Amino acid sequence: MSAGDGYRGRGGLVGYLFAGPYLVAYGALLVYPLLAGMALSLHKADLFGGREFVAFENYRRLVSDTVFRQAVGNTLYFTLLTVPALTVISLALALALNKAGRLAAFFRGVFFSSSVLSVTIVTLIWRFVLTPDGGLIANGLKAAGRAPIPFLSDPHLALPGIALTTVWWCLGLPMMLFLAGLQQIPGELYEAAALDGTSAWRTFWRITLPLIGRTLLVVVLIESVMQFQLFGQSQIMTQGGPNGASRPIVLFIYEVAFRRWDVGYAASASEVLFALILLASALQYAATRERRR
Amino acid sequence: MSSLELTNISKRFGAVSVFQGLSLTIAAGEFVAFLGPSGCGKSTLLRIIAGLERADSGEIRLGDQRIDTLAPGARGVAMVFQHYALYPHMTVRENIAFGLRNGGAPKAEIAERVAEAARVLEIGPLLDKKPGTLSGGERQRVAIGRAIVKQPRLFLFDEPLANLDAALRTRTRLELAQLRRRVRATMIMVTHDQVEAMTLADRVVVMNQGEIQQVGTPMQIYDRPANTFVAGFVGSPRMTLAPVGLVPGDARFATVRLGDGSQVSTRVPRADLPSEGLLLGLRPECVRLGPPRPGEPTAQVEFIERLGDRTLVYVKLGDGTAVTAEDKGASQAQVGQTVGLRLAAAAAHLFGPDGRGHHAAGRAG
Ligand SMILES: Nc1ncnc2c1ncn2[C@@H]1O[C@H](COP(=O)(O)OP(=O)(O)O)[C@@H](O)[C@H]1O
Ligand SMILES: [Mg+2]
Repeated sequence: MSAGDGYRGRGGLVGYLFAGPYLVAYGALLVYPLLAGMALSLHKADLFGGREFVAFENYRRLVSDTVFRQAVGNTLYFTLLTVPALTVISLALALALNKAGRLAAFFRGVFFSSSVLSVTIVTLIWRFVLTPDGGLIANGLKAAGRAPIPFLSDPHLALPGIALTTVWWCLGLPMMLFLAGLQQIPGELYEAAALDGTSAWRTFWRITLPLIGRTLLVVVLIESVMQFQLFGQSQIMTQGGPNGASRPIVLFIYEVAFRRWDVGYAASASEVLFALILLASALQYAATRERRR
Repeated sequence: MSSLELTNISKRFGAVSVFQGLSLTIAAGEFVAFLGPSGCGKSTLLRIIAGLERADSGEIRLGDQRIDTLAPGARGVAMVFQHYALYPHMTVRENIAFGLRNGGAPKAEIAERVAEAARVLEIGPLLDKKPGTLSGGERQRVAIGRAIVKQPRLFLFDEPLANLDAALRTRTRLELAQLRRRVRATMIMVTHDQVEAMTLADRVVVMNQGEIQQVGTPMQIYDRPANTFVAGFVGSPRMTLAPVGLVPGDARFATVRLGDGSQVSTRVPRADLPSEGLLLGLRPECVRLGPPRPGEPTAQVEFIERLGDRTLVYVKLGDGTAVTAEDKGASQAQVGQTVGLRLAAAAAHLFGPDGRGHHAAGRAG
């Protein structure tokens, strides 16, 4: 027993040595900024000037700030527009392309290729698609004898237009995750299901979907976290307009910090976004764990 | 319970041709083993019958119904996969009931049939567990349970014992034999293990490189191997195959001369025997050891394997021909020793240059 204790003691020390470099980086790059941000949100601070402790004054301002409340609403709406669509479409693509053969490999490459483009290029492409002034969709509508739709200048269509762009841009990663998940399922299970006389529909719901449950959770979590942080597309395509209709939280933070130099207030908005993302992730995780019992 | 009839089955994978016009008939209620070395096409044939693989041509009939045009689930066939292929996210009960639920059977009937299968296979206590928590033997029972609840006309087993450890394999072999008596259905088992095939099957289909070498009862296969492949593949250790010359004469039975000049008087009719290129086939139990005697082959001991109840002695004749002999458990034989071979010549086989077997007249089969 004493020998075991000694061994465990030494093992612990060696363990810390191995984990040490990572823990230092983790602390310096994640924990410290997180705490510093929290501290900052309790101050009235100028980007270049002094700091004054104001306790929760910044948060009180946020609650009554209609621009911020609109940004929160926009962010939630955008996440609801993109995450389910991304999940369903990327799963459908993965199911269709989960086979050997050159054609499938080619299309896997095609659908993944959009993810490697930068936001500038993606938004450039989609401005050509969405613009009512001779854009792809406008031309299509004109050919059908209909009036063009001003996606990015209509307050009701600006966010859906950005969502469309984002779905196209972000399909690659969840599709790859789903493909990896599907490939983990042994082919014999599908053969057993065929011999059990299972319809294609029931095979999907009763065999495939339960067996990629973890991948599904990961995809929804990752995509939620990513889409909550919408920024570049809005910034470039609409500058948050018209009339704030497509301004997400991150754009709000950016404007407050770097246009109005009100860093403390921006920090408090960041903390709210952080809390929202944390809450959404925890809810999804809890929901799926409940079901898996 | 239905008869199965395969007619002219051909199958290729790209450039590799597995079967060319294979035909086979299995009687209703028969237990047949497909026996052959790895890669000879046993699994492929089973999968063609199940509908998991499509034959390029040919016809399959189960009872009076043509089934090769039907979907796997509609053929009335159940299969136990080599690696069981249980649904990992379902309990044992759900695994067994899944096929019945797909078919829309009434709940009460499903419950009854699952309970009956659990009773027959003694897996009642496992019903609410997930497959991941079961041992290999338990998983296999569940896989069998999933097959028998469907009350199929034909059972297919792919290497049912290959994944079990030695002790469990012997027990499961006995259980399969018992199951076979309780469940009245036609059964096909794929195996590369001759002991499984010989002990379980009514008839054995010996295959090699996609061709059926011989179909017969275990004793027919053992006593009257159709060709040198069957002779070498069935029986452990292998039958000795020694080149011999035919001694001229007009007696009813053939006498042959071994490489060292000694003669063996077989009971194989001389009538339709080729005169050249013969091989003499001797099972180890037909070659005993004794002190050298004139007129009998003498040999030198090369290698000894003691199995406890018997001893296998590998010897070489004067001309270098290798022969496997059997001796009693407490054998006195020693490597390098010169011994006399007592051949049970009446049980010897002869094989022609085309590999075809010629056997002693009047023996069973
Ligand atoms: N899906 C497949 N694609 C290509 N070749 C295959 C496939 N399945 C089996 N084969 C080939 O067919 C032959 C027979 O295989 P199999 O039926 O699995 O043999 P066995 O079960 O007797 O070991 C082998 O040469 C194997 O390589
Ligand atoms: Mg096989």
